[in-house]
Amino acid sequence: MKIHEYQSKELFQKYNIPIPRGKLVFTADEAAAAASDIGAFPVVVKAQIHAGGRGKGGGVKLAGSIDEVKKAASDIIGMTLVTHQTGSEGRTVKKALIEEGLDIKKELYLSIIPDRATAKIIIMASEAGGMDIEEVAEKTPEKLIKTYVDPLMGIQGYHLREIGFGLNLPKEALKPFSGMLKNLYAMFVDYDCSLVEINPLVLLGDGGVAALDAKVNFDDNALYRHKDVVEYRDLDEEDPLEVEASKYNLNYINLDGNVGNMVNGAGLAMATMDIIKQAGAKPANFLDVGGGASADMVENGFRIILSDKNVKGVLINIFGGILRCDILAEGVVQAAKKVGINVPVVVRMEGTNVEEGRRILAESGLDLVTAVNLKDAAEKVAGIVGA
Amino acid sequence: MSIFVNKDTKLVVQGVTGKEGRFHTRQCIEYGTNVVAGVTPGKGGENMDDIPVFNTVKEAVQKAGADCSLIFVPPPFAADAIMEAVDARISLIVAITEGVPVMDMMKVKNYLAGKPVRLIGPNCPGIITPGECKIGIMPGVIHKPGGPVGVVSRSGTLTYEVVHQLTLQNIGQTTCIGIGGDPVNGTNFIDCLEAFEKDPDTKGVVMVGEIGGSAEEEASEFIRQNMSKPVVGFIAGLTAPPGRRMGHAGAIVSGSSGTAQGKLAAMNECGVHVCEDLGTLGEFCAKTFNF
Repeated sequence: MKIHEYQSKELFQKYNIPIPRGKLVFTADEAAAAASDIGAFPVVVKAQIHAGGRGKGGGVKLAGSIDEVKKAASDIIGMTLVTHQTGSEGRTVKKALIEEGLDIKKELYLSIIPDRATAKIIIMASEAGGMDIEEVAEKTPEKLIKTYVDPLMGIQGYHLREIGFGLNLPKEALKPFSGMLKNLYAMFVDYDCSLVEINPLVLLGDGGVAALDAKVNFDDNALYRHKDVVEYRDLDEEDPLEVEASKYNLNYINLDGNVGNMVNGAGLAMATMDIIKQAGAKPANFLDVGGGASADMVENGFRIILSDKNVKGVLINIFGGILRCDILAEGVVQAAKKVGINVPVVVRMEGTNVEEGRRILAESGLDLVTAVNLKDAAEKVAGIVGA
Repeated sequence: MSIFVNKDTKLVVQGVTGKEGRFHTRQCIEYGTNVVAGVTPGKGGENMDDIPVFNTVKEAVQKAGADCSLIFVPPPFAADAIMEAVDARISLIVAITEGVPVMDMMKVKNYLAGKPVRLIGPNCPGIITPGECKIGIMPGVIHKPGGPVGVVSRSGTLTYEVVHQLTLQNIGQTTCIGIGGDPVNGTNFIDCLEAFEKDPDTKGVVMVGEIGGSAEEEASEFIRQNMSKPVVGFIAGLTAPPGRRMGHAGAIVSGSSGTAQGKLAAMNECGVHVCEDLGTLGEFCAKTFNF
């Protein structure tokens, strides 16, 4: 799960990680009031959306007076911000963060992520702050410090020194930096983060450090033990169909093709999308109804697929294991009766109770196209949508 | 022969009285698995069908001789259940549970390091040696006993699809393992490939990967250096958009890493027989293995 910069900074504050003074605003007038509370210029006006690359897209502006703050805020709030992470349609900005300008001596990069291969927590740091970390890793890998921490042992003094000295920090900054990093690590672990990134982390004129930006992502599997994080969820940042699907515990991702598909199991769902593409059509979604799906879940899945107006045909691919084919078939029949299916549907079923499932579909009187195997199914649905 | 499990494996099921646990324990027994005990804290002394239920794994080991554990407990308690099994000296742990927090699994994995125990999963369908024993949730009937092919996969139903196609081509399986779709898991591709290479009855391997991480790339390099047996490779997720988690917690393309294209390239480069079309994977295997 992703959250906004201002929310990430709220968490930072809780952990005594220094941040610029600032306030979240929804209008230009609120922005002006926030700036006069700060009482010094320049201030920074920052668009609050989940995607990165806001600066390049015009979503971050410096303002040297109240008038400039008003102007910048009214430009930014309400704008459609397009960045390399939003896609071409962009994201509407609904709020902005007004922050004090700081006396910056140097910009650094700092992040913490879990490493899947070693099961260690990696702290990454670089003197090349403000740059895209993938670019740093590619162009100047020698500048990237990587420190591995055993989660059973936790962060130790030598980890902090390795990074602090590695960054060539001035002497007076070592202590504030180490204190900050220790707190950041604690937050990462306490909150089951999947990413904490500060880019840039800045060294200040007075020898202190501050997180100029803040990006925090969380492990979805651990949200059950972080109710306060769940409160941070911003539905405006998500696809409406995906929000709807999440209410029914359906794993749905909206894509731009025209073949809707419903599959049990994530791997098979991905492979089904791939085979639709290979047959010459384009998948409209990813939908994994899961191993323990009920007839109701299948019905809701169907409704969500069909609310995507681009969908011209649907492929159902079920390999019955835990989810039995007869349950799936009942769900399809139930959905057809309640939702009304207005596009051709190709069904391919195999596995547990497949005979019973096929019988239910055959006796339902529904106009379904049956496929004998996966290849046949993909070709049939591609033929239907005219690929 | 087979790898990791066979007809002598003595199974304890942790979470045996839950809905999933009960259903799949019965399925395992029906397949021929030797289930010797169940564990549900607070239900010690009861029975699930004819199986004695204990409060702790330690009791199941001491009183019923269990050496392998199958875990169905819910995600918040899964790490605890795995570590309990480790401390009770279980030698093979199969964790089916989906949704275990990554932090929990990182701690478990570091805890396991250096101990004489193998963990398969979590978030996996389990392991089956067709005709001998099934320790997991896969439908037994689609498998064909006797080998000569081993199957290893990060997925569940996609594995069933692959196995089903092999069986239709009259290609049997020695052992099929689902290593799970989570970013941090116990057994990896290389562990399985190494075991298949050593198993005299396994003549070839099918490896089913997906987007996210670099396990397939590392496995490909292992194959190039250490495998004499042919390996067929498949990767799911060619059409997956970057930055999105595709159902499995571990299935995500981050920046330029973890892409299906990168994995296919690594496989090709290392001499893996890559099949890009799932629809014809069975035929592809028949042609490639040519037993």
